[in-house]
Parts: sequence; structure tokens; C-alpha cells
Amino acid sequence: MNDVIYMDNNATTRVAPEVVEEMTPFFSEYYGNPSSMHTFGGMVGRKIEEAREKVAALINADPGEIVFTSCGTESDSSAIWGALKANPHKKHIVTTRVEHPAIKNLCEHLEKTGYRVTWVPVDREGRLDIDYLYGSLSDETAVVSVMWANNETGMTFPVEQIARAAAERGIVFHTDAVQAVGKIPVDVKAFPVNMLSLSGHKIHAPKGVGALYLRKGTKFSPFLIGGHQEGGRRGGTENTASIIGLGRAAGLAAEHLASGADRLRGLRDRLEAKIMENIPNTLLNGAKDMRVPNTVSVSFEYVEGEAILLMLDQLGICASSGSACTSGSLEPSHVLRAMGVPFTAAHGSVRLSLSRYTTEKEVDFVAEHLPGIIERLRQMSPYWKGAASRTV
Amino acid sequence: MWEYTDKVKDHFLNPRNVGEIEGPDGIGEVGSMACGDALKLAFKLDENGKIADARFQTFGCASAIASSSALTEMLKGKSLEEAEQITNEDIADYLGGLPRQKMHCSVLGRDALKKAILNYRGEVEVQPEGNLVCECFGVTDKQIEEAVRENNLRSVEDVTSYIKAGGGCENCHGDIQKIINDVYQRAGDEPPKQKKLTNIEKIKKVEETLEREIKPALRKDGGNIELVDVDGDTVYVKLIGTCATCTASELTLKTYVEQKLREFVTPELVVEEVRQ
Repeated sequence: MNDVIYMDNNATTRVAPEVVEEMTPFFSEYYGNPSSMHTFGGMVGRKIEEAREKVAALINADPGEIVFTSCGTESDSSAIWGALKANPHKKHIVTTRVEHPAIKNLCEHLEKTGYRVTWVPVDREGRLDIDYLYGSLSDETAVVSVMWANNETGMTFPVEQIARAAAERGIVFHTDAVQAVGKIPVDVKAFPVNMLSLSGHKIHAPKGVGALYLRKGTKFSPFLIGGHQEGGRRGGTENTASIIGLGRAAGLAAEHLASGADRLRGLRDRLEAKIMENIPNTLLNGAKDMRVPNTVSVSFEYVEGEAILLMLDQLGICASSGSACTSGSLEPSHVLRAMGVPFTAAHGSVRLSLSRYTTEKEVDFVAEHLPGIIERLRQMSPYWKGAASRTV
Repeated sequence: MWEYTDKVKDHFLNPRNVGEIEGPDGIGEVGSMACGDALKLAFKLDENGKIADARFQTFGCASAIASSSALTEMLKGKSLEEAEQITNEDIADYLGGLPRQKMHCSVLGRDALKKAILNYRGEVEVQPEGNLVCECFGVTDKQIEEAVRENNLRSVEDVTSYIKAGGGCENCHGDIQKIINDVYQRAGDEPPKQKKLTNIEKIKKVEETLEREIKPALRKDGGNIELVDVDGDTVYVKLIGTCATCTASELTLKTYVEQKLREFVTPELVVEEVRQ
């Protein structure tokens, strides 16, 4: 599978070779339990603390504020359940209509069990209706959870402003920053965020490890009840090798943010410009200058996303789509629908998400082949001929 | 990732008979862009009243394009009376099967064909009577009832797979379930899922499932399977060709053959291999 052109980095990323190297000794060589009294285990414990420092440094937190988890979803669930348990008399949650299923489905579940949920809408370009959000805050509100960057469009939300508004009212603020960390600078000291979720496999660490930032002083009760690991905030023996890998990945992400972010943005912009220029009847999803620098989401009118993906797949190009057929349901993605992207375009949406490993050659290869694929499918589409004659 | 048969992939990547026909004898359009798939089917008859040419234009996923392409191939050379007999199952079978969630693509083909034939005869389509149940996809109770009956559908999920109803806001799931229950109660049947198969039915269904779901997959790897006997809930089979010598045959039996038979026949089945 060497010929794969991987443009699906918002789904998952390649584990960095440096990360693999860092992790390898901790399977068969240094396999001790970090909680053990002996030197052999204690040594692993020290490495975990080093990883904690590196993850903390990536988001400018104190190491003691980092709790390792098994994934972004666990971080999200821990945060929301923790906030609700800490505020048992408050029965209102504020979130957005475009959250990842980790928050969306959890809040829908809570809605069925007696919580009131405010779903803050977005506009046609995916911008959050912040006044709507402010207007919904009340004494009843237990937690506000707003994602930092959207996985489908790459749109970022003004989490700093929202956190301040929540803090003024004494409301816990959580952000799902799974798609933001490693892509844009994140500084938790700059604004009053209580909790922040991040995931290892989106930043070139392995799948199965994540972290929850828990600001000092935030009331919390553990989601996984068990041993004293993670300072009593998350029971269960640590996924040692992966945590150590996440530490290394966090260090690499910090380096990339300092030196490689502009190059990545340049590649994304190049790809986007070529697509928009060479393929007619294409809509860009999301406001151009409010997105993380690796994501481009476009909708090709009159064709269907799954068909596009399978044709890209024939060329070894990995991408994803918000079309109904690819979501396994019959409706296009809730994010595009919340934005009011017409069904006719939402079905033909494609997301390309780059990483620091993406090359210019790969970008150009995709840009070169995509127009032909769209054209081929449009030639088959009963709607295209009429539309083409109208637009030419 | 959807699991498509080689035939589906072939018809998707190399679709036959794409395009329009000048002065068609019959033309049928179904679906819409909002629904996520749409098909425009046209045919022309020869002097003997047989279909000389059939062409399609499709907006939709790979299986929608493949189903349309397959349908045009199936149509050529057939009289309209023969063409009318084509069911959505036939289209799916022609392609070596479709994933269950994609069966609505074959239904799309059948519906377009129906419409095209009506169009040829100058008849107007009888609007499906009944009350709207699924507002998201505009499906009525009569249509759901018909689909349940024709395809022996047993759950709301099945109905969604075949005609999309219930695939949107999900508000109508209760109503769909009620229609399913009514259909089986009227048929004097027991409620879905608890139905006990007779031995004859069981053997028939095992054979069908082997033919439709299992053999095509094994043949791809140069193998095959033969039904030896069915005793109670135990199905005895013989593996042939590369399957017989394959070290993974135990795995094939348990994880693939047994799983498929349980899915399509009855969940109690156990598969045993008969060796020479």
C-alpha cells in the first residue's frame, strides 16, 4: 500500500516513525506497571510523567492538569459527566449543532434522560451564532461544550470569547479540541477553559490514547472508577506505550506548529485554489479564513460523494465525504445540514485533510485527477446537462 | 467502506449504456437530488416489439450507477412483457448481490423501468394511494406495505434499506413497525423474528443463501461449497477447490458461512464441515 495518497488526516493520521521508536521498548523490554513499587515499574512511571509534561507544554497547561484517557470520546464523556455530577442541581447543557458524535450523541442521550439541551446553530458558512449562545446561558446551565475546530469543515469557533462568557456566569466550559490541537496554537492559560479534550491518533500518535485537560480547581468526578491512577481522576492501568508515544507526538506537533504550519497552509490553499478554479459548480464549505490550515471541504453539485470517493480510491487517494451513502444513513452529514448546504450539494461533498507528511506532488496529483472524476460522474448524471447549459 | 461484489465494481467503473436515446419509445424518471439518487431510463423497441436499446443517466452512489447499468443490460432483447417481470431482487442478483443497506438502489431501477413502460403505453402512473408515513422521503403506508410484502421485510431497518422510509428524522419508526406487524398478522403469520421455519423452508433458505451470498464470494478465491445435509439446526457442508485445502477453511466456515446463514436463515444454525 505504498502508493496511497493519504488525504484523510482528520479521520486518523500516520503514527510518526519517531513515535514508534519511542514506544517500542515499552512493550517487551520495559513492561513494568507504573504503579509498582519496584524500580522496574517506577521507571515506566517516570516516562509517563515526562509524556505528561510534553502534552501539557503543547497546550501550555501544568502537567498536573493532564489526565490520560483512551481516546477523544472518553475525554469528552469524562468532561461532560464530570461537570454534570459536580453540578447535580443544574439541568441545562449548551452545545452546538455541529459537534462530533462524541458530544452530539452524548447530549442527545442526556436530553432523553431529563436534561435540557440548547443546540446553538451555525450560519451558511459554518460560523457559530454566538449571540444565540449567550442568550441561552442561565443559572440552570451546568456546562457549555463547544468544539474548537470542526472535523468536517475545519471551521474554528471563538472558544476564548465563549469561555469568558461562561466563566462570568460561573458555568463550566469544555471544548472538544481534538481537531485543533497540533493544527493551531492552543494556550489554555490565555482564557478560562475548564476542560479540553484531545486525541492521540489525530496528531501522529497511535489510536487508543487521548487526554483531558482539567483546569486546577475544576470540580470533577472520575468517569472510570477504579484504581488511583491519574491522581484518582481516571482508574485503569495506563496504556503506557501509547501514552509515551503521545508525549513524543506532542513534542513533534509543537515543532511542526513553530516551523511547518505555513507550509501546510500553503499546500491546502494550493489544492483548494486548483479545485475551485478547475471544477465548475463547486461550493467551498466553511468560511475561508476561519479554518484550521489542513482541511478543505467542497461540494460538487450534481454528483454523489460515495461515487467520487470510490473513483478516488481507484487512484489510491484516500478522502472522505459527508454524503448520505458514506455516512451509512440516508441523510447527508448533520454538519452540512446545520450549515444549510442544500441537499443537492451536500450529497456531493468531499473532505480532503492534509498532514505535515503531505507533499506538493501529492496535492498536484489529486488536483490533476479530481476534475476528470467529477466530469465523468457528471456525464452520467441526469441533472448535469441542464445545469451545464445554464452556467456556461 | 462498502463491500461491493466485483460485478458491482465493474458496472460502476465501466458503466454500460450511459446516455440518452433520440426519440425513445419509453422514458422513466425516478428519485431526486434531495433524496440522494435519481435515475432516468429510456428504451427503444425494434420492429418485433423487443427492446433494442436501453440507456440510463444516474445521479447516485456506486451501487445506484451499477444497478442502472445492469438493468440496461438485462433489458436488451426482452419484450415489454418479459421486462415487466424484472424485480429489484433480479437486478441485485444480476450484480452478485448488493449490500442490504443499498437495496434501495435496485428498487430505484425497478421503479424507473415501471415508469418507462407506463410511459410507452401512454398510461399515467397511478399515484400511490394511502397516507404519507415518511415525510423525509415521501413514502406512503401503501408503498411500505407493498415493499414489506414483496421482499419479506422484517424490521424497520429493512424497510429503510429497501425504500428509504424511516431513514431521515426517524419519527415514523413506530408507524413503520406497526405496518410490518399488520402485514404479518393479516398473513396469519406470527410476529416477525419468532417465526419458526419448517424443515423444507429451512433447507430452501439455506440453499438460496449459499447460492446468493456465499458461493460468489468463495468462487472469487477459487473455492466452492456444497450442501450435504441439514439436520435440525446443524448444516453439513463440504468445501471444494481451494477452500478444501485452505488452512483458513475453519475460519471461513465459522466466521463467514455460519454468519451469513444465521443472518439470512435463522440465528440458531451451526455449520459443520464434512470431510472426504
